[in-house]
Formats: sequence, C-alpha cells, structure tokens
Amino acid sequence: MKEIVIISGKGGTGKTSVASAMAYLKKDELVLADCDVDAADLHLIMQPQNHSEDDYYSGIKAVIDTGACTNCGICAQICRFDAIEVKDGSHHVVTLDCEGCGYCFLRCPVNAISIPTQNVGKVYLADTRLGIPMAHARLKIGADNSGKLVARVKRDARKLASEKEKALILVDGSPGIGCPVISSLSGADYVVLVTEPTRSGLSDLTRVWDLARRFDLKTGCIINKADLNPEVRDEIMEFLADKGIKLLAQLPYHDDFTQAIINGKALMELNPEPWNLVFDQIWTNLLKEL
Amino acid sequence: MIWKAAITSVTTKAMRLAIASGKGGTGKTTLAVNLASFLAQENETLLVDLDVEEPNSGIFIQGQPTLDQDVARKVPQWEQSLCTLCGKCPTWCKFNALLRLGDTILVLPELCHSCYACSELCPTSALPMQDMPLGAFRGIKAGKLSFLESRLEIGVEQASPLIDKTLRYVDEHHKAVDYQILDCPPGTSCSMVSATKTAEFAILVTEPTPFGLHDLTLAVETLRILKIPFAVVLNRSGDHDHDVEDYCARESIPLWAKIPDQRRIAHLYSQGKLLYEAVPEVLAALRAIKTKLEALS
Repeated sequence: MKEIVIISGKGGTGKTSVASAMAYLKKDELVLADCDVDAADLHLIMQPQNHSEDDYYSGIKAVIDTGACTNCGICAQICRFDAIEVKDGSHHVVTLDCEGCGYCFLRCPVNAISIPTQNVGKVYLADTRLGIPMAHARLKIGADNSGKLVARVKRDARKLASEKEKALILVDGSPGIGCPVISSLSGADYVVLVTEPTRSGLSDLTRVWDLARRFDLKTGCIINKADLNPEVRDEIMEFLADKGIKLLAQLPYHDDFTQAIINGKALMELNPEPWNLVFDQIWTNLLKEL
Repeated sequence: MIWKAAITSVTTKAMRLAIASGKGGTGKTTLAVNLASFLAQENETLLVDLDVEEPNSGIFIQGQPTLDQDVARKVPQWEQSLCTLCGKCPTWCKFNALLRLGDTILVLPELCHSCYACSELCPTSALPMQDMPLGAFRGIKAGKLSFLESRLEIGVEQASPLIDKTLRYVDEHHKAVDYQILDCPPGTSCSMVSATKTAEFAILVTEPTPFGLHDLTLAVETLRILKIPFAVVLNRSGDHDHDVEDYCARESIPLWAKIPDQRRIAHLYSQGKLLYEAVPEVLAALRAIKTKLEALS
C-alpha cells in the first residue's frame, strides 16, 4: 500500500482539482482521504455517500462549577492563555481561549474545575459517486487538534484500503505548514507539491518543501497555471532541479479548472481530450518514482 | 488641522479589520495589501501578516526596514541534577510532551503548549522554562503605511501562539494608527480564530465557485460564533456570481465590492505588484470599501 499526499503551502493553487483528476484516472485502484479537515472541498466533486459517521473526541476544555468555586482567583492567575474571565462576580472559562492544558484543574484548591474530553468533529467513511472509497472529516469551528484528526482520517483510509484491497491512498492535504500538514506527511510514501508561478506561490513552495524534506519523502511537483508568468515558472523549475524534486507536469492557466468545479466534475469528465492525457502522464511519472 | 490630527490620535483608537476567508487562495492577501496601501495614501495604516505559516503580504510592500526580531516561546528543559524522578510531570501534561524513560525525563518541545504546568508544579523546580524558536517579526515603513510580518519557524506545529504574540506586539507598539489591517490565515480552525477574534470588523474574501461558497459558509459560521460583524468581497467575479450573491442576500450579509476575474490581475499578482494603480475596477472597489469602513467608525 502506497500513500501519496498532495499539499501546496499556498491555498488555492489547485490541490483539490489535481486530487480529483488523479483519483478519476485510478478510480479502481485507490482510496481517497480528504485531510483538509478545516475547509474540505473534495466532497463537492466526489459526492460521497457516508456509510459510517463517528463523533471524534480529542483534547479537553476546562469547566468551572460555579457552585463549588470560592472565587479564589488562582485559576485566572496561572492560566497562560487568559481563558478565565470574571463575570458577575464568578469565574468562567472562555472555551474558545482555553488551550486544554488542565493546569487550572490541577491547581484548583476546592476541585471546582473539571476537564471533559471534547467532541471536536466528525469522521466519515464513504463511497463516492465514482465508486472510490473515501475517508473524510469535519473539524468543529475554532477547534484545535486538527493534526490528530488528520491522523485519524489517514488511519481510516488505510483500513479502507486494506479491506477493499486497494494499492494506493491519495491524500488531499491542507494549506500551510502547521499541524494538519505535518500530520498528513507522517507515514506517507510520496508527496506532490502543487504550486503556481507567482511570487507568493514560489515563497510558499520553498517553505512547504523545507518542511516536507524533514520527512525524507520522495517529492514531485506540479506547476499549475504554468503559463501565467514564465519568469517565475523558470525560477520554480530551477528550484526543483536544485532540490532534486521531480517535475511531474506543467498545467496551463485554463478556465476548465473553474468550470469543472462549478459542474462538480473532475477535469477529464468536463473535457476528456487533453486532461486524460495530462493526468495519465502525471501518474506514469509518479509511479516510476514509487 | 494639526490640532484635529492630534486630538484624533488620542481620542480614537485604530479600527482593526480582519481580512479572512474559509478557502485558501481566494485573494485575502491581494485585498489586504491593496487596501492597506490605498488607505495609507491618507491615513496612518498598519498591515499585519498573520498568515504566519505562509506569509506573503511582504512580497507586495516596499519600504524602509524597521524591525527584524526573532520571537521565542517557552518550553521546559529538564534539569537532571534537580530531578527526584517522582514521575508526576508526565501525568500532568495533557499534550504528552513529557515522557519518563527509565531515569530520564524526555521533553518533546514540538508537542508542548507552553502552559507552564509542569514547570510551576514540579516540587524541585527541575523543569525551568527556556526559550525555543517560534518565528520572527519583520517590519517595514513606507510613508503612512507600516507593515509587520509574522513568520512561523518551519517545523513548529502550532501557529496560534505566534499569532497571539503578534497581536500583543501590535497592541504595544502600533496603537496610534487609524487602521489595522490583518491578513489572516485560511480555514476556520484555531489559527483563523486567533487571528480574527480581536477584530472589530471582518471582510471575508470569496470566489464565485462552489468551493468558494462552501468555505464562505464555514467562515460566516465562525465569525457569527465570534460575534464579529462582517461583509463579503467577491474576487474573480464574472458570469457565475449569482450563487454567492443569492447566499449573501439570503443571509443578509453585505456584499461590499467585486474584483473582476482578469488574467491581467492574476499576472500583476504573480509579479508581486499592487493592482489599484493599474486596474480601475480594483481602485473603484477599494474606494467603495473605504467609504463603507468610514461609515462604520
């Protein structure tokens, strides 16, 4: 079983469009994992029918029992996250600010603080309209622990892959370089960096590569909107050559990307002629590396 | 005139405006840099890049460097000579950042949330807090525009502590401006909440695609929980605007401006250039937004 992770650093470079099109061409061989748990969009193309839905619990938040609290103020004093406020003479936890460290619980002299485990989202197992099994999730608004939720989605995807005897797992990742991205890279076999030839795209590519290289993974890159700025594109190609990153494909700045999203389709469902060929080549290049 | 300026600077506080979105790549940075630069033609304006994982506003801002400063966070360091191996600290840590391996206490700094529990509870003070790299600040000044970039150290998992520190820095050093424009991270999780929660008003930037609309609804839900008033700016506007327009109308969300979908705009952006001097539609959008902002304060 091989796990391929698609990330980009910068948002909006086309991760999900690329993931959908890659998945379409190998629909009988792979499992999808949407690890952009914070603002997932892959389901809009794949239309998963969930066959299982689970609450996901992780981390704690402090709760003060105002009846037992003596308003000594120790919790407010020691909280490093300013998450304890005094309202109408009694102490309360501001849940969105609470980091879930439980220090106040340990320090409260009258045991007025409890630390219940939090329901931070939902995880789903699904079959998509293309018959591809898919693991996905939804993180609650403002929740932390997104890294752990990503790890759970990846574990679910591996389970699906072994049950259904699929050789590949394709992971649609989050933007950025923080905890969900770090979590999506852990245990992967190959990382695809999707970038665009803009100053921002290049800067973000450099940072996300600097993160990915620490995982010692084989790495390939897709330059989307490649004809938008040839000068920056050439700089990206130099960067790739310098770092030993395989250039998997250059995709044109093309309205098909928007049209495919609007129609809820993979690129080749909208326009088979060019995109089947392009993504077939991407798979060939990638599988050679694996 | 001078007196008016002096009085304004002491009596009014800066208007803090968050530029956010659910989806990445919708044009937050484009709007933030152009709006800040446009406002700074007349008003003291601070632009803060809080997309600390991938900060890009700085690409568009030229000026005099004013600041270059490392930012640290505190994590415990194990002092073997003071430790009695009582074994309690690993049970206190909710983030599994402390492990006891035989007669060694192992600190895993990347898991630590800097809550100080272990350090302050340790009966022999064997876990003093030490500085660990978190990121860096970079400042630029160009006329009435001040710019503060906050950049996360690569490999650090949590962005929120740096965002919180950046906003504290802004409170201490940049009070005397008319506008504070915050370029926020995408999404709806902890880092987006940290970046937006102190704002007086937010602009959500979206695009007229099902992805843009879906993630807009998530961002709207977030700002409603945070009780921050907001408006929408529609970027890459064209033939498919109706879904976003209908949604905004249904939800009574003001749609403040549209930025057209033009390859020319994408190309200027790709070069790291500001748009409003070259693209009249962008200038008109910024003027409209400024008028709305003035009406708020």
